[in-house]
Amino acid sequence: MSLALKTTDLAKSFDIGKRLFGPPRAQVYAVRPVSLDVAQGETLGIVGESGCGKSTLARMLVGLSPPSAGEIEIEGRALDRADPAAFGRLIQYVFQDPVSSLNPRKTIRQIMEAPLRQLHGMRGAALEARIAELFDAVNLRPEFLDRYPHEFSGGQAQRIGIARALAASPRILILDEPVSALDVSVQAQVLNLLADLKVEFNLTYLFISHDLAVVEAVSDRIAVLYFGSVVETGPAEKVFAAPRHPYTKLLADSAPVVGRPLGGAQSGELPDPLNPPPGCAFAGRCPRASALCRAEVPRLRAIEGDQFAACHHPRDA
Amino acid sequence: MKLFLSLLFRNRLAAFGAVVLAIIVILAVLTPLLPLHPPNATNTANRYLRPLADGHLLGTDHLGRDLLSRLLWGTRLSLAVGFAAALIAGLAGAAIGVMAGYFGGRTDNVTMRGIDMLMAFPYILLALAIVAVLGPGLLNALIAVAVVNIPFFARNIRGVTVGIAHREFIDAARLAGMGHARILLTEVVPNIVPVVVIAMSTTIGWMILETAGLSFLGLGSQPPQADLGSMLGEARSALITAPHTSIVPGVMILLIVMSVNLLGDGIRDALDPRLRSGALARPMAATRVDRRDVPPAQGDGLLTIDALDTQFQIGKRIYKAVNQVSLDLRPGECLGLIGESGSGKSVTALSVMGLVASPPGVITGGAVRLEGQDLIGAPYEVLRSLRGRRVAYIFQDPLSTLHPLYRIGDQLTEAIRVHDPVSHAEAHKRAVKLLEDVRIPNAAARMCAYPHELSGGMRQRVGIAMALANDPDIIIADEPTTALDVTVQAQILALLDELRQSRGLAILFITHDFGVVGQLCDRVAVMYGGRIVETGPTAEVLAAPAHPYTRRLIACVPELGQGQRVLAAIPGLPPAVDQLPDGCAFAPRCEKARAACKSGEIALTGATRKVRCLYPEEAHVARAENH
Repeated sequence: MSLALKTTDLAKSFDIGKRLFGPPRAQVYAVRPVSLDVAQGETLGIVGESGCGKSTLARMLVGLSPPSAGEIEIEGRALDRADPAAFGRLIQYVFQDPVSSLNPRKTIRQIMEAPLRQLHGMRGAALEARIAELFDAVNLRPEFLDRYPHEFSGGQAQRIGIARALAASPRILILDEPVSALDVSVQAQVLNLLADLKVEFNLTYLFISHDLAVVEAVSDRIAVLYFGSVVETGPAEKVFAAPRHPYTKLLADSAPVVGRPLGGAQSGELPDPLNPPPGCAFAGRCPRASALCRAEVPRLRAIEGDQFAACHHPRDA
Repeated sequence: MKLFLSLLFRNRLAAFGAVVLAIIVILAVLTPLLPLHPPNATNTANRYLRPLADGHLLGTDHLGRDLLSRLLWGTRLSLAVGFAAALIAGLAGAAIGVMAGYFGGRTDNVTMRGIDMLMAFPYILLALAIVAVLGPGLLNALIAVAVVNIPFFARNIRGVTVGIAHREFIDAARLAGMGHARILLTEVVPNIVPVVVIAMSTTIGWMILETAGLSFLGLGSQPPQADLGSMLGEARSALITAPHTSIVPGVMILLIVMSVNLLGDGIRDALDPRLRSGALARPMAATRVDRRDVPPAQGDGLLTIDALDTQFQIGKRIYKAVNQVSLDLRPGECLGLIGESGSGKSVTALSVMGLVASPPGVITGGAVRLEGQDLIGAPYEVLRSLRGRRVAYIFQDPLSTLHPLYRIGDQLTEAIRVHDPVSHAEAHKRAVKLLEDVRIPNAAARMCAYPHELSGGMRQRVGIAMALANDPDIIIADEPTTALDVTVQAQILALLDELRQSRGLAILFITHDFGVVGQLCDRVAVMYGGRIVETGPTAEVLAAPAHPYTRRLIACVPELGQGQRVLAAIPGLPPAVDQLPDGCAFAPRCEKARAACKSGEIALTGATRKVRCLYPEEAHVARAENH
């Protein structure tokens, strides 16, 4: 099994309080060094709450935002500078808000033509044929091509967004909350479509979401992000069923499930990014925290088989 | 384009401006063809002839030149210079603004500080300086006026571009392999054209005035060439003895500038999407009511909604957002109202206290009774005294419901004092208590925080505290946890449940999430296409849904702990409520639909479990028979 995507200590920090000369007053880490491997044909789900750095990570992976440190390798080739055009043929991005990801003043045809012309130099009949093929793949009617984005519902617009991403013939798709702006009845349609496309085009997915149930339903493997770091990775069926990291456990227990009583109101919030704690970022909210947790940042390590957790005191299965 | 023209001419003043301006422009264009005296032919014997003199309709000036002829030729020149200056300033300013806004960072800083320096000079001084360097002349005056106006455009357009440059479709274009030049030309520029047009239409009049000003000072058009400003300047010396020589060009300047400004305002109103949608039109204090008859009271609950109809009337279209909805809420009960977007659940909730914006919302039928008192059509004073005191709302996004510029403590004490005129100190004490009740740590210190200083979960707690401020009997919570993270959502739901039990609150909980309903609500009502399709005790509805829509909606939502799988999707889209199908609204998406489902009115039947379906699900039917 070969690797589709590999990141090595990929990190992103932002400068706070820039000065005209000299170093900035402070640095804030949006993504702390993250190392991930995604196998060919796999779906890796990335879960985390708002502010955990999942969108920043995604933007670095497609070259929209230059990393502060670390490396990205796609199918063995290192991509060392943030150039969306170079990334575009290998890795594409599907946006969260389908309508705002389409230029309101362009027809769908113009939107679809852009990646084919720019990345693959297609013209004329070949271009037409390819667009028809893509529209067929996402179950949209060809007469939609001459309409404008505002005429479409969220679900249709998201199909257009997916078709545009596929137009670049990428090997990997980054799906950044692709269904969270959609209604539940439409959400399932889009998720099933994505599953079909993955087989048809032999794709690898990175599926980012805050909805645990959706991630579990579509992923082979799941990585849980907290405060910019990966705190747990493992097979989809194990991560939420038998979480090793206390934060994953908290997430799994918080998801509303019919028949489960409402959990006690655990307090606690994310640490202040300007003043991060010296040890584990979750220690302040963690029932198992010890002195060690408050002093030393835990490294991601194998707990059992292919389940990894960054925790000094992992839970038992 | 047709829509634009109809919007434009709906504005009477803009239409008047357009007509006046059209007449002036046509006259100016036709000037060379009209049988006029030559504008520069002097005849000193006939100087200062009064208007309506023989052969000179508007009289003559100090050199005996025909005023009508000079006026038309002058108007022609002034209009041309004004338009040209606006065009140059608009294009140059837009180019600078787009560059600065798109590239940001250092480019932005350097160009915008340059623009700021231009703005630091009084405009007429700057124009004088430019003309002084270039020398007097109409072309130089045009350049001066254009340069002076560039900052206005550059700043305007930069602001708009910054907004566009961070939109997702720009990222998408970069991923499609487009370079910066192509993105600027094909993605950014088409989106700012309306703004440039709006800015130009409102400044052309101003530029015509400025050009006239320079000509008046003798820096613009040079004798004997006529333009409106120079005509005024030459007539100044005879202001008392021959006032018509000043009045004629003065009136023309007035007409041009006034008509351009009226038309420009009209164009802005018609092009600006915010103004078009009527967002700036002030909504009425309570939703408009237009109902024929009042249905008799049925339930005896705390809050009963009987056959409520709320519509949005936009042009000729009628959106039946809420269609014959009946609900009742008992004291201490939590009723879930579940549905997809556009199903009418929020509009139902807002109708209760007359909070649907009018126009376009109208309540066309039904009744909402709070302990027997009908709220629909109640005088505004009555509604106002009940809003917040008996029935309070919690909305989805606390960032947009809390005022960003006031401390949360001040907002809370204000909410308390609106209904209960206690002293500030007393209100402050109660506000701190409220914040403690919603489990905000450090409540006394947080009173001084602004909404943006709090996290989403904390803000929603403040939103709940606001709702509790006057100890209401009913809380209507419209998707209060949708914008929150799961761990925070769990905390807020637990808090709401606890408050309900400790204070005996009745809650109408609006959501699209069955998991949340299952954990919090005693009863649930499912809405589809503006109607209630099923209602009953939550556990029963979730265990054995009776309506095919409910069953399939539950099935297509993944639930945690079931592993990777294919989801049962519902094909098709929810109906648009301005063209609902005959019969069952779900029939076009339902695999069980038969001919009978597609015609007539299908009633909501049943006792505690009600369903609006001719062929309810078998599991439900079997359960009903067993009971």
